[in-house]
Amino acid sequence: MIVAEDVHFSYPNKVEALKGVSLTIKTGEFVAIMGQNGAGKSTFVKHFNGLLKPTLGKIIVDGVETTKTSVAALARNIGFVFQNPDHQLFSETVEEEIAFALKNFGFKPEVVEERVTWALNLLALTQYRKTSPFLLSGGERKRVALASVLAWDPQALILDEPTIGQDHMQKEILRQFIVQMQTQGKTVVIVTHDVEFVAECNPRVVLMREGKIVAEGVGNDILTNPDVLAESSIVLPQIAQIFTKLSQFGLPKNVIDIYEAEKIILKAKETKPLNERF
Amino acid sequence: MSVFDGLRFRKVNSPIHNIDARVKFAYVIAIFVVAIIFYQIIPLLFLFFLQIPFVLLARVQRQWLRSLRGAAFLAAFIFIVNAGTDYFTSGYTLTAANVESAAGLTLRFVVLIESFSIFFLTTSPDHLGLALEESRVPYEFAFAFTTAVRFVPVLAEEAQTIMDAQKARGLELEKGSFLKKIRNYIPVLIPLIVSAIRRSLELAEAMESRAWGATKKRTNLYVLKLHKGDYALIAITIGILVGAVYVHFYVPIQTIVHLLQR
Repeated sequence: MIVAEDVHFSYPNKVEALKGVSLTIKTGEFVAIMGQNGAGKSTFVKHFNGLLKPTLGKIIVDGVETTKTSVAALARNIGFVFQNPDHQLFSETVEEEIAFALKNFGFKPEVVEERVTWALNLLALTQYRKTSPFLLSGGERKRVALASVLAWDPQALILDEPTIGQDHMQKEILRQFIVQMQTQGKTVVIVTHDVEFVAECNPRVVLMREGKIVAEGVGNDILTNPDVLAESSIVLPQIAQIFTKLSQFGLPKNVIDIYEAEKIILKAKETKPLNERF
Repeated sequence: MSVFDGLRFRKVNSPIHNIDARVKFAYVIAIFVVAIIFYQIIPLLFLFFLQIPFVLLARVQRQWLRSLRGAAFLAAFIFIVNAGTDYFTSGYTLTAANVESAAGLTLRFVVLIESFSIFFLTTSPDHLGLALEESRVPYEFAFAFTTAVRFVPVLAEEAQTIMDAQKARGLELEKGSFLKKIRNYIPVLIPLIVSAIRRSLELAEAMESRAWGATKKRTNLYVLKLHKGDYALIAITIGILVGAVYVHFYVPIQTIVHLLQR
């Protein structure tokens, strides 16, 4: 469980990035933190594993205040995958890259070996085991970065902009992957601009603006509220746009994901044929 | 990263900022030469204090102090190495004169950092490039130089992100012996170098697609011209040089130890 209590944070150059943020993320929850550039999303999540410490207020991770422990100790339970994989890849082979964190955490050599194989397999990277990470494509490098964090099996996973530079297919794989993490009871926090991706995943949505949380709740409520979204320069997801237009025909407005949309349309068709409705 | 911060240009409107980069550079070189001529502590202290009015006039005292603080580690290193060498070569004794000479050499380094810091804090990379061009440095070199200067803060920021990313994977930079600590930086340096190279290739492509180097003779939007303040600094620079040479040849310089003993 991650608890933020009235967190304020200022960078050394006096820019106040967080102005009193309070949020509780329960174990096993799936949360998307959204907002414009400079809203403080990344700054906020960097507090979860202690990379940044609040200037005021506190962050409590599984009962421990982040100021009272080290990043390495927090990282053991909170995996953080950075936006740009090139900011972390440095090893000669993919295998060594994935083993890096495991060695840092002091796993035994045979456990390292086993976990590396497991992580490679999980993200379909086994064929690149001995390849240099610098020779891989952008999407593959992103997967290596993800594998290198998943390898130590953290309880919570924070993904900073996981969909940037990914094609639709990869996004779908990522979505299924998150669902799989969910079934294992893992906490997943994503920081993203990608409203379509959030709509498809339909997690709990936290909307930030200018260092504060401006809205919070289920995706169906927040991503279908044009006023709240407009303030954060977010456009309604496409499904929500269609349903906003269709609401004049007696269909609900707050629909964001495809499966729900399909159900509602089929049900509407049963109660009253579509040609009579429109 | 505080050393870089102390060298980063910020736009301020001050008499020092408005001085021609070429003149300022000549001034920095003059200070450099004078600092090399003297190894005694008194003239170096004089040089150190001489530059404080410039800092105050340019209103960059805070950044300037930060650059000095960033250089403190290296300064301490220089002091220890010099004092240590004296200690070992003079039969395991350390006299006040030894300490003073080590302090003098350290102060020489501080003066160099101080003057370079003033130069970089008050000179925009654009002016610097223009000054280089006007001094007949080929445009390619001038451009490469200004780009390098401009990318320092970008790289510093990137280094911070990379450190964060590796810390999130359990890397503890401060852990272990001295050698281990140096080795800890490999996972930071490799991504930094790789991304710098990637960035430079991208920059080269972007520039070429905007017709960089299409004509041999480029024209400039701004042309440098010397003003009153520039001539004043030229006079000061010449004054410092002449004064330094005179003092060096005709004035016997006392050490502080000597003065105290009298």
